[in-house]
Amino acid sequence: MKSNIIKSIVIFSGLLFLYFPILVLIFYSFNENKRVMVWKGFSLRWYNELFNNEQIIEAFIISVKIAALSATFATILGVMIGYSLVRISKIPFKSLYIFLSSTPLVLPELILGLSMLLFFISLNNLVGFPSSRGQLTIFISHVTFCIAFVAIIIQARLTDFNKNIEEAAMDLGYNYTKVLYRITLPIILPSIIAGWLLAFTISLDDLVVASFTTGPGANTLPIVVFSKVRLGLSPEVNALSAILMLALLIIGIIYFYFNKKFKH
Amino acid sequence: MKNKFFEKYFVFTPYFWLVLFFFIPLAIIFKISISVSEWGMPPYQDIFLFDNGFKINTTFENYVYIFSDYYYIGSFINSLILALISTFFCLLIGFPLAFYIATSNIKLRNILLVLVVIPFWSSFLLRVYAWKIILQNNGIINVILINLGITSEPLQLLYNQYAVIMGIVYTYLPLMILPLYGYLNKFDLNLIEASKDLGLNRFKTFFKVILPLSIPGVIAGSLLVFIPVVGEFIIPEMLGGSDRLYYGKILWEEFFVNRNWPGASALAFTGIIILVLPIIIFQIIYSRWSEKNEI
Repeated sequence: MKSNIIKSIVIFSGLLFLYFPILVLIFYSFNENKRVMVWKGFSLRWYNELFNNEQIIEAFIISVKIAALSATFATILGVMIGYSLVRISKIPFKSLYIFLSSTPLVLPELILGLSMLLFFISLNNLVGFPSSRGQLTIFISHVTFCIAFVAIIIQARLTDFNKNIEEAAMDLGYNYTKVLYRITLPIILPSIIAGWLLAFTISLDDLVVASFTTGPGANTLPIVVFSKVRLGLSPEVNALSAILMLALLIIGIIYFYFNKKFKH
Repeated sequence: MKNKFFEKYFVFTPYFWLVLFFFIPLAIIFKISISVSEWGMPPYQDIFLFDNGFKINTTFENYVYIFSDYYYIGSFINSLILALISTFFCLLIGFPLAFYIATSNIKLRNILLVLVVIPFWSSFLLRVYAWKIILQNNGIINVILINLGITSEPLQLLYNQYAVIMGIVYTYLPLMILPLYGYLNKFDLNLIEASKDLGLNRFKTFFKVILPLSIPGVIAGSLLVFIPVVGEFIIPEMLGGSDRLYYGKILWEEFFVNRNWPGASALAFTGIIILVLPIIIFQIIYSRWSEKNEI
């Protein structure tokens, strides 16, 4: 009995700790006052100003575009890696392969961003491309570090996937390609969707790597938000936070739905 | 019948991408870190010179420079200490949470796990910003403290190292809980009962049974927090003050403000070496552990 009370207290305070800041943020987004912390009354004023702020809207569109594209590329490449690591035994320099596909998971974004920037500059000196940095260079960098996240999800899914189904299909006359497209990929589809969603949010949320690899005409949403809140508070960012938090929470819930489905 | 073409296609497409856009950029960091710096654009000399016959033009000056100046070493040490403290607090909060979630009944367990991880999905930058609001002089914590009569003047909670630790523990906590949960979840609860039956008290049960079996989870979670925190830039920038300089900030300024590309590269490469080593060590410990425990 006593341990049940302790358990409830631990879980409750843990969840409170995790959700309290988010709730505070949403609460203050409805504050009429321009001074964020002084409550003046309920108002949707900052939501209205947010939707009329062209800089933020434009940045949002750029961010979503980059995130959708880089998530798609990262998913394709990540599925290939996950599949290779679990199903293909002959990989040349396998430890290099594992190193390259897992290190971006933990490497500080700052180092990754710096290396990408110096790479693009060197490449430009060498072959004259990319002549300026912008959406394309952010896209390439985001694909590179999102691949690892997709690969780890696919790898985990394929590891506890029953290989007998694939072998049965081959015995029934399916060739290798057919098994892949008709059996393996459809079965791991929920994990592929989950991987895409994870890559999408990581790209949408990235500030550091984008700051290094950005250029004219490629101010992503985190870059704009960071410039607004680096030194102070901004009521518009509060409104943006509330919307974005809810949108991302919904994506998170969808992710869990797909990642868990078919697992049990 | 295996299709060789298909296998090659699957292995080499991502291989090519990662070598080109990940391995070569890391190699370029190393290359620039051993280049001689000079004024100009780009602000370093080539490492291969051909003007008077072939000559290799490299230097370890940049490493000597950062290792002999306390400004750089000190910020490195600050970051390592910050990462250690943050990891410790993440573990302190994360372990009981992960343990109790793992020992809940299965229906509740999944709901709790989703609840714990969902905040991780919402924007990192905005979650840090939330703490900026909470810790303001007229923010909610100061209002509560003043109303309770604990303090008459608002406390300066923001722009110091404690605010940075707070922000880090908050944002990185899910990264600690997930791997811990992963190991505690596989854990046979009967072992706890058995150890109690054998006369071990709670304290001993924890240290002799629960903790040793969750060591890989503790290490995995700690690395997932520790390594990125060493390079953390956003949180100190938003919540920190001038009381402590950290590695991320120094690296950023060395590159963008001082325009010392070789110096910044030397800092980055040193960071890679310091941070990648623990990963390799972990993999060795982990593979030995799994052999021993036959998992």
